[in-house]
Amino acid sequence: MLTCKQFLQELNDYLDPSTDPATKCHLEKHVNECPNCFVLVDTTKKTLQIYKGVEPQTIPESVKARLWKALEKKIAARKAQA
Amino acid sequence: MTPTTTATFDESDLVAKAKAGDAQAFTELVNHYERKIYRLAKHITQNDEDAEDVLQEAFLKAYEHLDGFKGDSKFYTWIVRIAVNEALMKLRKRKGDRTVSLDEPVETGEETVQREIAVWEDNPEQRYSREEMQEILDSAVQTLKPDFRTVFMLRDIEEMSTEETAETLGISIPAVKSRLLRARLALREKLTRQFRRKGEDVFAHL
Repeated sequence: MLTCKQFLQELNDYLDPSTDPATKCHLEKHVNECPNCFVLVDTTKKTLQIYKGVEPQTIPESVKARLWKALEKKIAARKAQA
Repeated sequence: MTPTTTATFDESDLVAKAKAGDAQAFTELVNHYERKIYRLAKHITQNDEDAEDVLQEAFLKAYEHLDGFKGDSKFYTWIVRIAVNEALMKLRKRKGDRTVSLDEPVETGEETVQREIAVWEDNPEQRYSREEMQEILDSAVQTLKPDFRTVFMLRDIEEMSTEETAETLGISIPAVKSRLLRARLALREKLTRQFRRKGEDVFAHL
């Protein structure tokens, strides 16, 4: 059986859907037998879920306006060259 | 110039049109990705002014060098790389005065480190307003060292592969992996302090 320390080193592999089933199964065994690592896995998954679920906020209008102004300038310069 | 948001967004079609000189197509690409690029820039630089510069520089450079985009990666990956490079340059310029370190380093190789293990309250997403949640998540990312937060942003938020992240940052694959692990664990730790279920036996669920 893996120690918690060993499991922790492999945590990302455990969370990675592309990890091969045999490795996953080996890691799963530890998770099922160790309450601490079970919670650690669960809360790490939730952490990622929450971060991935948040849509980026809108850009402040002034920042957006300056971006578009700079772009327009660039595009106009290119058109003038052509 | 009025950017239009099309119902169906076809990145490769827009890129092809933009390369052929269609400025409107390029503005649609900008319109589609600007928020994500701004978020990335802000998280890496942790500075509003730098993030704005990075946002502008990234799209202006992309427009300028569109001919050099070969299409062997996605346009989005390409623009992310440009933005990351700009953001890292900003960071290097500010190095020394803005480097934030992990306030409590999580050494994954050390058994002695006490980790906060606690079950979370149910559905924390529903208990906080959008703004509150944003604040909680942003401040957790802010506590990570630049090396760690950059890897976290590329791998987990931008969903780049380990290889793409390594290439973008010019670091080894094992370095990406170990930084990602440490970043994830540190964020988990921060969020646990926020979301832990209060007043109950930690293992009550078992």
